[in-house]
Amino acid sequence: MRKYILFRALYSVITLWLLVSIVFAMVRLTGDPVKMKGEVGADATYLERIRHDWGLDQPLYRQYANYIGNLLQGDFGHSFEKSLPVRTIYFERLPNSLKLGFAAFVISIVLGVPLGMLSALKVNTWWDNVGKMLALVGLSMPGFFVGMVLIIIFGIELGWLPVLGKGRSAFSWISPSSWLTFWFKDWPHLVMPAFALGWYFSGAMLRITRSGMLDVLGSDYIKLVRLKGVPERMVVAKHALKNSMIPVLTFAGLNLLIMVNVAVVIEVIFNWPGVGQLLYDGLSNRDFPMVQGVVLMSGLMIVVLNFTIDVLYGYVDPRIRLSR
Amino acid sequence: MATVLERVPSSGGFARVARRSYRLVAEVPSIPLLMVAVLAFAAVFAPVLAPHGKLDPVKPTPEQCQAKFGMANCPYVDNVPPFWARGGTFDTPLGTDFLGRDVLSRLMYGAQISLVVALTGTLFAGAIGTLLGVLAGYMGKWWDQVIMRITDAWLTLPSLVFAILLSSVRGPGVWNVVLILALVFWSRYSRAVRGEVLALRERDFVRLAEINGIGKLTIIRRHLIPNVMNTVMVLFSLQVGVAVIIEASLSFLGVGVPPPEPSWGLMMAQERESLMEGKWWLAVFPGICITMLVLSANMLGDWLRVRLDPQLRNR
Repeated sequence: MRKYILFRALYSVITLWLLVSIVFAMVRLTGDPVKMKGEVGADATYLERIRHDWGLDQPLYRQYANYIGNLLQGDFGHSFEKSLPVRTIYFERLPNSLKLGFAAFVISIVLGVPLGMLSALKVNTWWDNVGKMLALVGLSMPGFFVGMVLIIIFGIELGWLPVLGKGRSAFSWISPSSWLTFWFKDWPHLVMPAFALGWYFSGAMLRITRSGMLDVLGSDYIKLVRLKGVPERMVVAKHALKNSMIPVLTFAGLNLLIMVNVAVVIEVIFNWPGVGQLLYDGLSNRDFPMVQGVVLMSGLMIVVLNFTIDVLYGYVDPRIRLSR
Repeated sequence: MATVLERVPSSGGFARVARRSYRLVAEVPSIPLLMVAVLAFAAVFAPVLAPHGKLDPVKPTPEQCQAKFGMANCPYVDNVPPFWARGGTFDTPLGTDFLGRDVLSRLMYGAQISLVVALTGTLFAGAIGTLLGVLAGYMGKWWDQVIMRITDAWLTLPSLVFAILLSSVRGPGVWNVVLILALVFWSRYSRAVRGEVLALRERDFVRLAEINGIGKLTIIRRHLIPNVMNTVMVLFSLQVGVAVIIEASLSFLGVGVPPPEPSWGLMMAQERESLMEGKWWLAVFPGICITMLVLSANMLGDWLRVRLDPQLRNR
């Protein structure tokens, strides 16, 4: 087991290093961060100064060494626009994104998992067709369109829900009282963005639940349980459910992180001050270090999560940890 | 023997091909095919069919000017509602936008952009990914190690986040979006193609070709690439929908297709303020177009997947 964990850790470190290097290379190969900063026809000496400030006038290997060195110290550079370290701004915004992500995660599970199970239990019937159709529509309607439709119906026509912002509750790293209360306040603000974000993922959850359940229901041990005359209700509740949930939960965990990181457009529409909006601000202010910092953080989160999932799987399933 | 078979009546080359292609077309689910056909038709013939130009405001009638500004003459009338609402006309069936441009015409030209960008972007991604996947699977050893480790790292970032990073250094532009789509999505193909090639490599026809001393490049070209095409086609059709959404999202954020051009995502972003004023149709029409295109692409992709892989029939 220790060997397995070490191996997975090494693998994750390599993935992370490659990812960081890909970002470094892609940014320099496909464009010039400084060109983005300067407007059209910007003064050449001004551009030179930015280039110098960012160390982009140094030879590539030196730039690379600095970049890796800074990252190892947890330094993502300074935001150009707000003249604060990217890290500080990022961690200020992260709780908001987590709150939105968790809510969307709950919605995607509450919608996707029961419907997926229903679809699998009544396979090739009317129920199943409805389930499949819902999943398809969920995966095809972009979240920002869903968000806009929600705003039109519930925000403007009916006026039930607030359209913009996250409400007044704030998370502060230095006041422990806000650590708990933050999550449970201002729910009306959360409903629409969370639904718009969770919509796409509930389609995905429906599909994965359905196929996982079908796999398990077709397996030999379920056939045996049925042969023994166990009532169908018990077959599903006691024997099929547990095993079919393993892939679903893995997928759900990954989804949660993806939701935290790809909410950009939703956060822009609902003016939700999360990390996605930082990305958007970085884009519109041509604040390159900000964009790069947010992107690297989302990569880091996902690599760490993948590592955790691998290790947990290793604990659960000996075949996996002994295969290497 | 062969000559006898060839003389079986009514199985002449042309008739057979015609019958087969008819069967194929008859089998394709008709609803998504129809939706794609309508959008493609609108896109291709937009210059002929569109009632107005894509960039210039519609010339208003004196009555419209009178109603809106109280003058007989005005350069354009913005936010004319669609034909069923009060004040709407059939001249601009879906109304005009905030600059008085015809929404229907812009939607049709928008279909051009969405289709061209998504298809070419996915095509480039497919070409790069297939090539690298075949190389990794067939050459093995360090080719495999290097390519697959890079693929894994590439797959770590969510596609939208990666696309935004690249667009932040590329800036807006139609071909920049194509480049970004190609750079973001190739890794999906290389992963799947490599797995396929690993299995193909052990098959007899590849082994025999190797024993006959046929060069690696020829084996890749003649034996491997044609055999992975099924997988690539399925992936391609499923990726087109994702590519449409990414293009729309980038345009929405202002780093995709640049402003005067009518991209659907951009149109939605520009009408965010009108949304708050109750003019819902301006944002909803492009949204419906995006959904239609993505939905039909996904349905065709699912159908193709089932058709090409019988094991998946009940999934």
